[in-house]
Amino acid sequence: MMNSKAPAPPVAGEATGSPAVRARGLTVTRGPRTVLRGLDFSVPAGRVTGLLGPSGCGKSTLMRALVGTQAKVSGTLDVLGHPAGSAALRSRIGYVTQAPSVYSDLTVRQNLEYFAAVLEPGRSAAGRRRAQVTRAIEDVDLGSHADSLAGHLSGGQRGRVSLAVALLGSPELLVLDEPTVGLDPVLRRELWHLFRGLATERGATVLISSHVMDEAERCDRLLLLREGHLLAEDTPEALREQTGSTTVEEAFLHLVDRAATH
Amino acid sequence: MTLSRTLATAARVLRQLRHDPRSIALMVLVPCVMLLLLRYVFDASPRTFDSIGASLLGIFPLITMFLVTSIATLRERTSGTLERLLALPLGKGDLIAGYALAFGALAVVQSALATGLALWALGLDVTGSPWLLLLVALLDALLGTALGLFVSAFAASEFQAVQFMPAVIFPQLLLCGLFTARARMQPVLEALSDVLPMSYAVDGMNEVLRHPEVTGAFVRDTSVVAGSALLVLVLGAATLRRRTV
Repeated sequence: MMNSKAPAPPVAGEATGSPAVRARGLTVTRGPRTVLRGLDFSVPAGRVTGLLGPSGCGKSTLMRALVGTQAKVSGTLDVLGHPAGSAALRSRIGYVTQAPSVYSDLTVRQNLEYFAAVLEPGRSAAGRRRAQVTRAIEDVDLGSHADSLAGHLSGGQRGRVSLAVALLGSPELLVLDEPTVGLDPVLRRELWHLFRGLATERGATVLISSHVMDEAERCDRLLLLREGHLLAEDTPEALREQTGSTTVEEAFLHLVDRAATH
Repeated sequence: MTLSRTLATAARVLRQLRHDPRSIALMVLVPCVMLLLLRYVFDASPRTFDSIGASLLGIFPLITMFLVTSIATLRERTSGTLERLLALPLGKGDLIAGYALAFGALAVVQSALATGLALWALGLDVTGSPWLLLLVALLDALLGTALGLFVSAFAASEFQAVQFMPAVIFPQLLLCGLFTARARMQPVLEALSDVLPMSYAVDGMNEVLRHPEVTGAFVRDTSVVAGSALLVLVLGAATLRRRTV
């Protein structure tokens, strides 16, 4: 567990500077169902924030609202100083969906080259694009598979290609929907190392969703979501202290019980 | 819309196809084999082969591109790459024009081979210029691409997408004048055939078949096909939503 917490400046109760994401009364409906119910929260800039909760609690919907692909969003949702979904944000956010979204009939490199060309088109940017593609492949450690078809890779590897696409263009905000699900422990540790580095070395804001509570300990800050409600928003330490628990999982259960008795 | 993003998209679609040589072979060879078959089916009546062969030169690209585009776009929707692209700075026009360009290029290859084979090896007797045949074939391919893109929005699976082929293409095939002249159909059907774009594709081919020069009717027919393709492409663009439920 040596790498479980790379050195990062401790986050006090409220982060300084303007947050990367600010939501007020964020509500999303899907058909007759209200998936998110009046959420108020913020995501501090330059930190790793974990979005945790059981499957089906609205994590993916929240992320889709942030990147502007979710319909029927009401309330206020500002991302990097713009309303979520603004055209100006499209090159500033890296988004990884839960299922790997890459072309299975292209090689890893060809996938990245195409998305890089969409982000930064034109012949004059060709050199920069090549450098970005190379770096993204290295970031996710797929150098030895760069010329394999994405469709021939394992599920976990395909997920990493999808992640590499999101790293292109050095986005200021990374929205990662369960990027470590189903991966082996060694790979998970490496990816968390990468996420940590993205925040500390490249100054990116990282929002990661997970339903695996032990990953929560690796985040600077947590948003605990359950059935479309925000249960808590704090640092892992503060959550454990508040609830007198030893793990975030215990703290989560404690908060669920407390919410049920109110 | 930016030209370089459109070109990058077209290049990407062609790269995907290059990894699938069997599909390319089928797309390019099947029309040739069909024409060959047709030539000997009408072995005793070369005039019939001329008429039906010319019409088919226009119909093949339409059907092939319809199928290819509807499946390709559906895959783009279901694989999540469409959502990803629309979250990136890519215009809907870039995506659609990219597809149209890539499949248009493929249609040129397909039509050139089929036309060449029909004219020079199978003795298809055409009065007008073969270039005009190729032009109509290309416009038909664009129409097929446009229709495929449009219907893919209404298909939830590849299974459904394939079923749109008989639903959208077969009625046009029956009414386009391939089997009997449109003027001799029951008046309601004739009126219906007047509003279906494939009728004009076949009429255009027949103009080239019978006249040495570009006729007014040819210009009208090709304009209708091009206009319908453009209209359906715009409708297809409207089905691409950045925000979905």
